[in-house]
Amino acid sequence: MSDSHDHHESHGFMSYAFSTDHKVIGMQYMFTGMAMALIGGFFAYAFRMQLAFPGMDVPLYGIVSSAEYNSLVTNHGTIMIFWVAMPVLIAAFGNFLIPLMIGCDDMVFPRLNRLSYQIFLLSAIVLISSFFVEGGGFGGAWTSYPPLSAKAEYNLTPLGSSLWLLAVALEFVAFLLGGINFITTVMNARAPGMTMDDIPMVIWMIVLASILFMASVGPLIAGAVMLFFDQQLGTAFFDPDRGGDPVLWQHLFWFFGHPEVYVVLLPAMGITADVMCVFARKKLFAYRTVLYTAIGTGVLSFFVWAHHQFISGIDPRMANLFTVTTLLISIPIAEMCFVYIATLYGGSIRLTTPMLWALAFLGEFMIGGVTGIFLGASGSDIYLHDSYFVLAHFHYTFFPIAIIGVFAGITFWYPKMFGKMMNETMGKIHFWGTVIPFNCIFIPLFLLGIGGQHRRIYNYEHFPELAGKSMQDMRVFATVSLCIMLIFQFVFLYNFFASLLKGKEAGKNPWKSNTLEWTTESPPPHGNWKELPNCYRGPYEYSVEGREEDYWPQNIPDDEPAGGAA
Amino acid sequence: MIERYVEIASTYGGNIDALILLIAALVGFWLVLCEVVFIGFIIKFREKPGVRGQYITGEEKHQKRWIAIPHYLVLVCDIVIIVFAVNIWYTVKQDLPEPDVTVRIIGQQWAWSFVHPGTDGLLDTEDDIKMVDELHVEKDKVYHFKLEARDVMHSFSVPVFRLKQDAVPGRIITGWFEATKLGSFDIQCAEICGIGHGMMAAKIFIESPEEHQKWVALNDPTEDSKHTSTVAANNAAAN
Ligand SMILES: [Cu+2]
Ligand SMILES: [Cu+2]
Repeated sequence: MSDSHDHHESHGFMSYAFSTDHKVIGMQYMFTGMAMALIGGFFAYAFRMQLAFPGMDVPLYGIVSSAEYNSLVTNHGTIMIFWVAMPVLIAAFGNFLIPLMIGCDDMVFPRLNRLSYQIFLLSAIVLISSFFVEGGGFGGAWTSYPPLSAKAEYNLTPLGSSLWLLAVALEFVAFLLGGINFITTVMNARAPGMTMDDIPMVIWMIVLASILFMASVGPLIAGAVMLFFDQQLGTAFFDPDRGGDPVLWQHLFWFFGHPEVYVVLLPAMGITADVMCVFARKKLFAYRTVLYTAIGTGVLSFFVWAHHQFISGIDPRMANLFTVTTLLISIPIAEMCFVYIATLYGGSIRLTTPMLWALAFLGEFMIGGVTGIFLGASGSDIYLHDSYFVLAHFHYTFFPIAIIGVFAGITFWYPKMFGKMMNETMGKIHFWGTVIPFNCIFIPLFLLGIGGQHRRIYNYEHFPELAGKSMQDMRVFATVSLCIMLIFQFVFLYNFFASLLKGKEAGKNPWKSNTLEWTTESPPPHGNWKELPNCYRGPYEYSVEGREEDYWPQNIPDDEPAGGAA
Repeated sequence: MIERYVEIASTYGGNIDALILLIAALVGFWLVLCEVVFIGFIIKFREKPGVRGQYITGEEKHQKRWIAIPHYLVLVCDIVIIVFAVNIWYTVKQDLPEPDVTVRIIGQQWAWSFVHPGTDGLLDTEDDIKMVDELHVEKDKVYHFKLEARDVMHSFSVPVFRLKQDAVPGRIITGWFEATKLGSFDIQCAEICGIGHGMMAAKIFIESPEEHQKWVALNDPTEDSKHTSTVAANNAAAN
């Protein structure tokens, strides 16, 4: 593909840091994303402690002031979406998996790829530095609505808000570069014989997500530039006193913000499809339907953005239109869920750790999906908007995406990434220790939202209707559940690093999987294969009748016995 | 259902609760159905020695039916929800009934100001009663509110009314409510508006006509001058 990886095989920090190998870049994205997840999780811990025990000197943090509270919730959201979900789901898995699953030696543009990671790393550094400048980190919510975000006299974070915006803009640049690379590589560098129908679903989903991202982010970049000018040069794009319009930002933001949900959802859906097929030993039910519903969802997602703005002062007639489009998007999403459930039918299901994560993704995401209907329907959104119901709803979508889906992917591909197996017992302890507390955190928050609790309040004592004991008990319950969940993450970290040293050798294909990445060494060498594979069939030929083995790798010609070449 | 947590004190609050209940019933049906089938499949199709998975493409017509039929049923549910949602939206936000009284509501960092029309029933006259963090209204009267913001976005939210409306700087947004229950209830700011967002609480006092008259008389800003100077009082009356 490129000449850049034939130069030298020297090992050392510099060759690692400046590698153009897609696997190395994928790992860099993954570890950066995991480190950012620790920060984002710590922020959640700090503000949840304040909510459960107002005024408390939070262990490891200290007293949470109202300004810090705002900054913690703002950056928790920003980090989890832009610096965890996107880098891990799209960039880490995209980089690692695309060349390996389509059977080529690297990305089409390896240097662009490296640049993408470097800009991403810079964006993370800018964001982290924004917490330590004068005035502290930005606290105007991850949606950053002006005029609050535009004027330092309102947000009191003159530097923090601009650094936050700069970091987000840099992150967008990184993903634009990455996206170009993903799409081009999948379109041009597939193994001989791999048709459109033979591309594994996770790869399709990452490509579709990249297209969605690139198509939706443009207006927001323009908006970000205008907002930056408002902040630093005193322009008035969003200042109503001088001819600007603050609601314009909301349109630009959500025109991107809603497709962004699907930008991270689709890769998680793709991971789930691949993991489920392997461990159910089943062909994906109606491959093309999955693909078309994903495309349909993506297209529709450009026409629903104003459901975030029903009560924001837009023309009320517009809400009717967006209610219709928003509810219609439930159809392709529901169809996808039906297809996934149908895939399990007639399977031979093995509940390994990655399979548990994949199944939990589906089971939990459905709760997130249906609760969205309450908010997409304009009439009920009047009450539920900006309440904890919204918060619980989108955590039931984002947590399955960014945490459960990611764990499904990491535990599934870990043997390929590092050549070792993770410990299954610890994997299962970590699974249950994450999924049960997750539900214990957010079910009370649904109830609090129905009870009228509004968002981004650092202390409910000023609101007598919300300050009662039963509501406070629910807050404490959610916080304790969060702490338990966070503690269980150390089981994962231990398992992850201990398995690197002590894990059982994985071999090429420990899960008896069909896709091409399992036909090379674990971990794959530089250049991925000694001889690049050919592709002879689709990725999900499991349990094919009349074959001795219940899997049929994509690289084996029709007349060879199963496992012959693997 | 929601009434057990938060009372209903507006004419349309009950409709919004009913809509939420309707959606809960419809999506609850689908959720339970899907989860039961999903978990059922996981249990039923666990790996058993000697039993292989089945090869099902999902591309045959009779297989696709299992997806197609539910997906039309989902569409039907969507349409039902849309009809009811739009209907209620229209009542609350689009079709404003003629007002008996109009008040002005101003959000600013970090307090709500309420301008009540006073004895003459008109806004922007000398006897307007301006209050910080206190809104006094009469039960069973149609109120219009003119919602403004001085600095950043705020959101006027009254949970017992099931009402929420963002306040946008540079705009005056008109909305309505009719209170149906006596008492005092929370007013929130539901849109983040800076470091004092968490303290931006106010109260709504829903009063009977007599109580309300008494409150208006007690707080009449022109009242003091009446006692001190008859000239001022006459002037005020002339206004
Ligand atoms: Cu949305
Ligand atoms: Cu506020």
